[in-house]
Amino acid sequence: MTTALDTLGRLESEAIHIFREVAGEFDRPVILFSGGKDSTLLLHLAIKAFWPAPVPFPLLHVDTGHNFDEVIEFRDRVVAQHGLRLEVAKVQDWIDDGRLEERPDGTRNPLQTVPLLDSITAHKFDAVFGGGRRDEERARAKERIFSLRTAFGQWEPKRQRPELWNLYNGRHRPGEHVRVFPLSNWTELDVWNYIAREGVELPSIYYAHEREVFLRDGMWLAEGPWGTARDGETLLRKTVRYRTVGDGSCTGAVESDAADIETVIAEVAASRLTERGATRADDRLSEAAMEDRKREGYF
Amino acid sequence: MSDLLRLATAGSVDDGKSTLVGRLLYDTKSVLADTLDAVHRASADRGLSTPDLSLLVDGLRSEREQGITIDVAYRYFATPKRSFVLADTPGHVQYTRNTVTGASTAQLAVLLVDARRGVVEQTRRHAAVLALLGVPQLVLAVNKIDLVDYDEVTFNRIAKEFTAHAVSLGYAEENVLEIPVSALVGDNVVERSANTPWYAGPTLLEHLENVPVEPDPHDAPFRFPVQYVIRPRTAEYLDYRGYAGLVAAGTVQVGDEIVVLPSGIRSTVTKIDTADGPLDEAAAGQSVTLLLADDVDISRGDLIAVASDQPEVTDDFDATLCWLSEKPLKPGARVLVKHGARTVQAVVTELRARFDEQKLSSVDSPGSLALNEIGRVALRTAEPVPLDDYSNSRRTGAFLVIDASDGSTLAAGLVGAPLPVLDGVESCTEGGVTAAPDTHALVSPGP
Repeated sequence: MTTALDTLGRLESEAIHIFREVAGEFDRPVILFSGGKDSTLLLHLAIKAFWPAPVPFPLLHVDTGHNFDEVIEFRDRVVAQHGLRLEVAKVQDWIDDGRLEERPDGTRNPLQTVPLLDSITAHKFDAVFGGGRRDEERARAKERIFSLRTAFGQWEPKRQRPELWNLYNGRHRPGEHVRVFPLSNWTELDVWNYIAREGVELPSIYYAHEREVFLRDGMWLAEGPWGTARDGETLLRKTVRYRTVGDGSCTGAVESDAADIETVIAEVAASRLTERGATRADDRLSEAAMEDRKREGYF
Repeated sequence: MSDLLRLATAGSVDDGKSTLVGRLLYDTKSVLADTLDAVHRASADRGLSTPDLSLLVDGLRSEREQGITIDVAYRYFATPKRSFVLADTPGHVQYTRNTVTGASTAQLAVLLVDARRGVVEQTRRHAAVLALLGVPQLVLAVNKIDLVDYDEVTFNRIAKEFTAHAVSLGYAEENVLEIPVSALVGDNVVERSANTPWYAGPTLLEHLENVPVEPDPHDAPFRFPVQYVIRPRTAEYLDYRGYAGLVAAGTVQVGDEIVVLPSGIRSTVTKIDTADGPLDEAAAGQSVTLLLADDVDISRGDLIAVASDQPEVTDDFDATLCWLSEKPLKPGARVLVKHGARTVQAVVTELRARFDEQKLSSVDSPGSLALNEIGRVALRTAEPVPLDDYSNSRRTGAFLVIDASDGSTLAAGLVGAPLPVLDGVESCTEGGVTAAPDTHALVSPGP
């Protein structure tokens, strides 16, 4: 008798299949790795896909400079532990030499696009793994698992290929690349359930901890190199955790006592806000915010 | 029973499909507060008094502006019984391209009709495409049942007609179900409706939760496309040589005699490996790594199959193509065929027949195959490929046709997959269905 795979087993198997297809068909793949939970999960799946051989791809972190110390420490430890090669593209370098300009609001998430595309060109990466999921946002619901990008990194809805069965078409012209999303069919709850089942380690900021935060636009922001509370905003000590990890200037914490994986899962299951809507200011700019950024080459 | 169901929806914009999908998400509480707030705001901006649930699913701005959906979108929802991956396929624009895409991985399809109009030509075409792609279960949601005053006779007539059509396409009656629903009001989508006391069947969600589906063909002969050869070359795994892939069909056990195709070399499985430790057996759907007794030459693209039941290895075969490109197919076209993990050069030597969408019949020896057309062709490949008939294996009987010059996907290919299934449509539509009764006649049925 054969027992059917459960949902998590099926999602894992699909992701492993995708990693192996890319390894078989592309010359220079790379995994986007920030130390956040989705990219940590990507790396975990890549390690399983090629075990007992090492992961045959390097990692790339587009670093806004607005980091949480715990995440950078975690990133470097994981890279060393698995003997991986990490490329870091620092947004600061692009600002310093004038290729980018700091935005008036100080947020650097939208500035990641240029360093990302420049790095893809410089390293001749032809497949770029990202942790995007279709349940995150409406514009992502139509994203392919293999998403073709032009030489300018742009996503053109009309050039996207129909994806049939589990046969992926990764062909691209010189200079073009393919963004690959092995977690396309996962939901936020699947991610957390799988992290629990596999015992995947995450940066500590995903779990409840005490932190000085202030309220802006309905989100709890932490102080850091990117700034602190303005007039009329008060720094408070609260027990919080993060649901996503991005640019510290626009990634909000949620008030939470969930200090371990089981309580986080219970909280996610009961949550009435999407993780992007709750904690990412950049997605709230406009209703079509994500669609616009994808067209520009954002991940 | 599997705890994951992949389903596709098909129907035209006017049938209220986005509203139905929005209703499923809304009533299963899969819509989170901020998303719902956005829908309430947008609905109010448009002067609507109740939230327009279709706004939950119409994703791209260009679509929202036009009020239509143009591309397959994937939705996720879950109940305590099952998780669902829903491929939401738009109806009227590029319907073949979208329906074929959604149907290729679906275990069940939900078709929509407007209760006032009943089964229309597009319903029959959609069902024919779903049958061709081998979707095992069909559901017909007879929507807007409130607009025919919850009339049982109207529903029964639509249901009978649809079942007859599905049976003519090769479906067994027990794999076809019609449900009277109103996506707008919510009747029989998630909650059982008091307005249809005459309907004893399940709600749409109850059916999706309980329909028996076999997600992968465990009973079929073992098929394993080799994706990647794992050779660590580390001190600990110096001589390790594993063949990585996803079991496409059947099961494999340690000790099984296998054959490597197209070379025909035989060997025995000595180990089924995973990062979580070795397995005694692996089944369809599982990603594993196989180790063999003999040091044979195997590379990406080869197929490992059970020695006792092998696919045909051929460089000359017939197939059905669903043409998905704006560049029409002409006889003699040079293309690439991606089958399993192997991509080979191929020539379309002959266009044997084209499925005529308008007449729901087939035309012999057409001069070309255009976007959204379905045809039967003869192909010759540069190297022999191991093929199963699509009707026996949705995985190893399927292939992509790719444009060698620009890399675009031109067609979905089905080995064999005879058009006669579609030809059957003609005879069953002769019975006066094409002369669709008008709305009035449907609401106040016959003698």
